[in-house]
Amino acid sequence: MQGLYAVFTKELQDHFSSFRFAILFALIAMVSFITSYMAAIHLSENLENLSSTRFPFLTLFSTPGAVFSMVQFVAFFGPLIGLVLGFDAINRERAQGTLIKVVSQPIYRDAVINGKFLAGVATISIMLTSIVLVITGFGLAIVGVVPGVGEIGRLIIYLVISIFYVSFWLGLSILFSILLKSVATSALTSVALWIFLSFFVTLGAEAVANSVAPVDPNKNVPPEMVIQNAKIKKMVSLCSPMVLYNDATATIIDPMRNTTRSLVLMGPMEELLSSRFQNPLALTQSILVVLPYITVLIAITLVCFTVSYLVFMLQEIRT
Amino acid sequence: MGTESIIETTGLTKAYGPHRAVNGLDVRVNAGEIFGFLGPNGAGKTTTLLMLLGLTRSSGGTARVCGLDPSRHARAIKQRVGYLPENVGFYGDMTAVESLQYVAALNGMGKQETHERIHEVLQLVGLEQSSRKKTGAFSRGMKQRLGVAEVLIKAPEVLFLDEPTLGLDPEGAIQLIDLIQSLNQERQITVLLSSHHLHQVQKISHRVGIMIDGNLVAEGTIESLAEERFGLGEKEYTLEEIYMKYFQEV
Repeated sequence: MQGLYAVFTKELQDHFSSFRFAILFALIAMVSFITSYMAAIHLSENLENLSSTRFPFLTLFSTPGAVFSMVQFVAFFGPLIGLVLGFDAINRERAQGTLIKVVSQPIYRDAVINGKFLAGVATISIMLTSIVLVITGFGLAIVGVVPGVGEIGRLIIYLVISIFYVSFWLGLSILFSILLKSVATSALTSVALWIFLSFFVTLGAEAVANSVAPVDPNKNVPPEMVIQNAKIKKMVSLCSPMVLYNDATATIIDPMRNTTRSLVLMGPMEELLSSRFQNPLALTQSILVVLPYITVLIAITLVCFTVSYLVFMLQEIRT
Repeated sequence: MGTESIIETTGLTKAYGPHRAVNGLDVRVNAGEIFGFLGPNGAGKTTTLLMLLGLTRSSGGTARVCGLDPSRHARAIKQRVGYLPENVGFYGDMTAVESLQYVAALNGMGKQETHERIHEVLQLVGLEQSSRKKTGAFSRGMKQRLGVAEVLIKAPEVLFLDEPTLGLDPEGAIQLIDLIQSLNQERQITVLLSSHHLHQVQKISHRVGIMIDGNLVAEGTIESLAEERFGLGEKEYTLEEIYMKYFQEV
């Protein structure tokens, strides 16, 4: 424990005093702020139309202000926080010769990696929570709507999912920093994987679906084909943590969404129901809808960390 | 000098695939002595030190450090043994004091104790003037002295020093060697010193061991080794001559 606490505090200090953290925090805080500001202006302009909306507060996070909403923004750029905090966690220490010094102190070796991971998670939590709090306070001032208990609950769950999502990328980049000796290589590899999983998997999903079950809009395609196409597309795109996260948080933040499936995949009765009864879901029901998504996000985060842990424990440390 | 052994290995082996970095090492270091650990680069000296600390798993043989088995009680051994690696690194944006504080925290020392010990070790290595300076701005010699301060902060019983004088100017090297000798004499710290500076080793070592290609080819006092290789004679042989003789024979 002594080693874990020492590494944790030292890493936390490093994160908060580092220049890269300051830049990243400023960037993300600024963009989130602008997005919510746009949403807030939009919101207050159309406040009379909103009488039907029961959750005006959450729209601060979910309505696209200019191009994307705050939630979408975190889905895209949240991974960057994790990557920046972790890509040089181990290999920089190896390169500067401090790793051997730390592990030759009377600590268990896992204290190093646990401390680093936990410090990263703590940094991520503080960062995301403060951003959400700032937007909340700001929303209170500009829109003048007080969030209800349900809305606060949704925001908390949203935060928890986001922390796990960003921690997944932290775990991934720490894994690369253990596997790859050079800091530049591990940074590039992490970014490459981020781009691949976030942008190319969704494109690839479409390509795979269209080649397995081609759907030509000009021809009369059997409905089974259309369903199969949609199913494959969904299946492949769920390989991307970003899609998982997007679906999960969109449902949590927007109570009017009662499924993560697209219209094509609904049965006729379900489609009818969802268009007829525009009632918000209870919080517990929303959670139930996205529980598999949340579970998978937590699982991949843990898998990522466990692999890093094992590789690190079995590696030989000479420098 | 006591005859109680503080390090003892029997058949200690480390194999990387077919290559044996350390091949059946039998070595004994007595409590309170300075043991010069010699050998060319890549002879397996660092690997041996890492195995003794439990940082690397041995492929065979047994080892005892302070009566403990490194593969089982690595943490207890690391509590009592200070290891100064070759080319020790520092966090460049920390000051000397901060760097020492981190090492103290890793050793589970309290605030008061840390404060006192830092003052003491900085004085010992002569770095009080630079205690608030960032280690990134330290010269090679200052870094090496800070490295020694870091291993001393836990008040070790045994010191493993891997090439401590490498890259130091002659004056710095002599100061460091004198410091090692005074630590041994005044605090009864056992020192396992690996170095290429043979005349410095000769100056302070009680006994030496010569390791070539993973094998310990000689172990004993300098006089006994000279006798073994050159026979009894009037001439006093230097460690350098003895070392070269062993080296040519292998």
